[in-house]
Amino acid sequence: MLKAKLATKGLPSNYPFCDFRFSIYDTPMINLKVNGKQLNVDVDPDTPLLWVLRETLALTGTKYGCGMALCGACTVHLNGEAIRSCVKRVADAAGKEITTIEGLALNLSHPLQKAWIEVDVPQCGYCQSGQIMSAAVLLSENPAPTDNDIDEAMTGNICRCGTYSRIRQAIHRAAEMKRSTT
Amino acid sequence: MSATEMKRRDFLKTGAALGGGLLLSLYVPEWVLADSVPEATPLTPSIPRFAPNAFVRIGTDNIVTVIVNKSEMGQGVYTSLPMLVAEELEADWSKVRYEPAPVDAAYNHPVFGIQMTGGSTSTASEWERFRQAGATARVMLIGAAAKNWKVDSASLRAENGYVINPASGARASFGSLAEVAATMTPPKDVPLKDPKDFKLIGKPTRRLDTPDKVNGAAQFGLDIAIPGMMTVLVARAPVFGGKVLSFNADKAKAVPGVKNVVQIPSGVAVIAKGFWPAKLGRDKLEISWDDGPNAALSSTGMREQYATLAKTPGLVARKVGDPTKALAGATKTITAEYEMPYLAHAAMEPLNCVVDLRSDRCEIWTGTQFQTGDRAAAAAAAGLKPEQVTIHTPLLGGGFGRRANPASDFVIEAVQVAKAAKAPVKVVWTREDDTRGGWYRPMWSDRFTGGIDEKGNPVAWTHTIVGQSIIAGTPFEGFLIKDGIDGTSVEGAADLLYGIPNLQVDLHTPKIGVPVLWWRSVGHSHNGFAVEAFFDELAHAGGRDPYELRRTLLADQPRMRAVLELAAQKGDWGKRLPAGRGRGIATHFSFSSYVAQVAEVSVDKQGAVRVHRMVCAVDCGRVVNPDTVKAQMEGGINFGLTAALKSEITLDRGRVQQRNFHDYQMLRINEAPEIEVYIVPSTEKPTGVGEPSVPPVAPAVANAIFAASGKRIRKLPILKVDLRG
Repeated sequence: MLKAKLATKGLPSNYPFCDFRFSIYDTPMINLKVNGKQLNVDVDPDTPLLWVLRETLALTGTKYGCGMALCGACTVHLNGEAIRSCVKRVADAAGKEITTIEGLALNLSHPLQKAWIEVDVPQCGYCQSGQIMSAAVLLSENPAPTDNDIDEAMTGNICRCGTYSRIRQAIHRAAEMKRSTT
Repeated sequence: MSATEMKRRDFLKTGAALGGGLLLSLYVPEWVLADSVPEATPLTPSIPRFAPNAFVRIGTDNIVTVIVNKSEMGQGVYTSLPMLVAEELEADWSKVRYEPAPVDAAYNHPVFGIQMTGGSTSTASEWERFRQAGATARVMLIGAAAKNWKVDSASLRAENGYVINPASGARASFGSLAEVAATMTPPKDVPLKDPKDFKLIGKPTRRLDTPDKVNGAAQFGLDIAIPGMMTVLVARAPVFGGKVLSFNADKAKAVPGVKNVVQIPSGVAVIAKGFWPAKLGRDKLEISWDDGPNAALSSTGMREQYATLAKTPGLVARKVGDPTKALAGATKTITAEYEMPYLAHAAMEPLNCVVDLRSDRCEIWTGTQFQTGDRAAAAAAAGLKPEQVTIHTPLLGGGFGRRANPASDFVIEAVQVAKAAKAPVKVVWTREDDTRGGWYRPMWSDRFTGGIDEKGNPVAWTHTIVGQSIIAGTPFEGFLIKDGIDGTSVEGAADLLYGIPNLQVDLHTPKIGVPVLWWRSVGHSHNGFAVEAFFDELAHAGGRDPYELRRTLLADQPRMRAVLELAAQKGDWGKRLPAGRGRGIATHFSFSSYVAQVAEVSVDKQGAVRVHRMVCAVDCGRVVNPDTVKAQMEGGINFGLTAALKSEITLDRGRVQQRNFHDYQMLRINEAPEIEVYIVPSTEKPTGVGEPSVPPVAPAVANAIFAASGKRIRKLPILKVDLRG
């Protein structure tokens, strides 16, 4: 229950919905650092990080879309790199800095979130956590990306609603905001 | 009189309402009469409120909540419908919130008579009712202020969330008036604003649901979790209509976290503590299937059957003049056959459904477009009455028609799973399940013969359409199928706007064991391509400019002609392009909206197609939120491009051959063109925007490929066509 307490801060109110009282696996707890918090999780070490985030930690902003690293809906940061959490073993994420969309800025203060709101990028919104997490890494590496840079960095993120032109526009806008504040 | 009706009448007489609100006789939602508000209603019950009708609630905290009876699947309905209420209410837009409606007859579609979202009708069908709901509330708030201030209500007005007395300068916030307003007698038929006085309608307005969609807070069906819930994956038959003969679950049950494995009508369900154990367990199931009657189905075989059928006339959907005679007398005739594949909806959020089934009630959370039907189907599956079933509608991670299934497949199955699991369940479809799960846009074959006179004017047009009916066997049969013709199969073809004097459109409806369904823009999704691409062929056969010929034949269609001219002008029609590049143009009328598009495309020597630019003009009547119209045109164009360029579902030995996004491909950002959208100003009633931009995409692109390369595209997807130099 201690683990649950550690994790609930700033998490959705439906947390926790998994049963922490007994271990069903023969493996030791896995230590994760998610959005700056240290957490121990009791899961099969082969479980994709995505499902640990979503089901064990109730961080449902990270989405399941394909399970094969084809759509990017599950994109999170692992030590600052954009990765597809649907194909990342949770054991391989142990001890590393994991950032999810909830850790980007719950208060919508990140330039990408501001730009996404300004441009009104999302339609259904399902893929947008992944889009923003991919874009965040792009901007951290490239403060003034061109359309081509954007296309290259974002090509792994599918948007079925087809918000691509607004994604481009919002990334340019966020880059502008970021440059003007630094 | 039923007990509910009785209760309803008593209620209306006394005028008492939950939380100090007041209800209009017009729409009394059943849940207001119930002992408690459904649990998911995210409102703070401690705040007294004024609930003048099923659509508006105003709290003493000044928050105006608009209860939206349409599912938000990206089309912006959680913003555009609240805008209608806020306009007439004179609300402070920053205080306006949305809330999904529970299932109740009060929320039925004004035209279709059930609670559903589809047909690009949300704004068009609620245009009056939502404004009326806001206007009524405004009059009651003004009445409350007049009572408080002991003045004539005619001397007061509402503005930006306040009632104002211009004479005294007194102001009262809506929230401060809520409790008194709840005691006022609701007026009838409040006059609505003159559109020239609109403050919000017609102005680009930011979506209310965006903030939650950029910080992970937005809740989709797949994000729902309830206490004690098990996650379930179902192994479904590899062939449509197949059945489980026998299965061995020993290995599946040995997976840590798997709680149980049960057989249900659609297959074998693995019940587990989470997605991953459910998936591992399902992978280890050993099932022997009876493939049933569809075991030999193949796309190639079906295509041959369709092509043969297309050579004979089917049931006549529309006939004008004497096409046989006109063809015989034509200077030139051309014949062409078009082919389009099955398509999956491929919403980014795979299907899922959470069910909490108890002996006397059933609670369901699922991203559905079809609440009334799903509730009835769930009730039947659960052995309950519809009123014992509650459906909560979270955000939909895309719908495109898949979540509006008259057969309620994913809801019925989840109830069956819950029955067998004896625990709350979340049934999750993997991407593979979703891709292979059927309910596709049908496969189509189209055959045309066109005749032109010596000046290149089309004098005759025959069009034979072959494809399954999406309506046959559904409750919609009665009014959508007439004389054996499914209206959705011929829409966009039988109602051709071009003035061609002799015309026949006929239809063959083969029965095939692949489940089919509406898919964004429905029949227009195939007819738009076939009709507009063949029209281009006919124009070229007669040596006519495809834009000019369209313009000429739209002489008595001023709205379509206007969008065509606008698209051509903005799309630089007629201006020179470098070799290897071409422009194509197409129009399409669907969901009462007029759309024209110009595509600019290049084809290189290796046959690779790139769409550089799409220019779109639309007339969708009066516009509520121009930014949403733009967004829907943009999104529909990219959706249409995916279908035009990339995707197809095929079958071999009864099995769907595609699984995930590697073999059922979606357009990606590096392939997405520049898109320009131009809206024709209009004072006509609002019409559809969610779907009408899809149909013209494929023909505009195909026609541009012809202009660029001289090669005709008569088959989709284009990536399967060899376009090498």
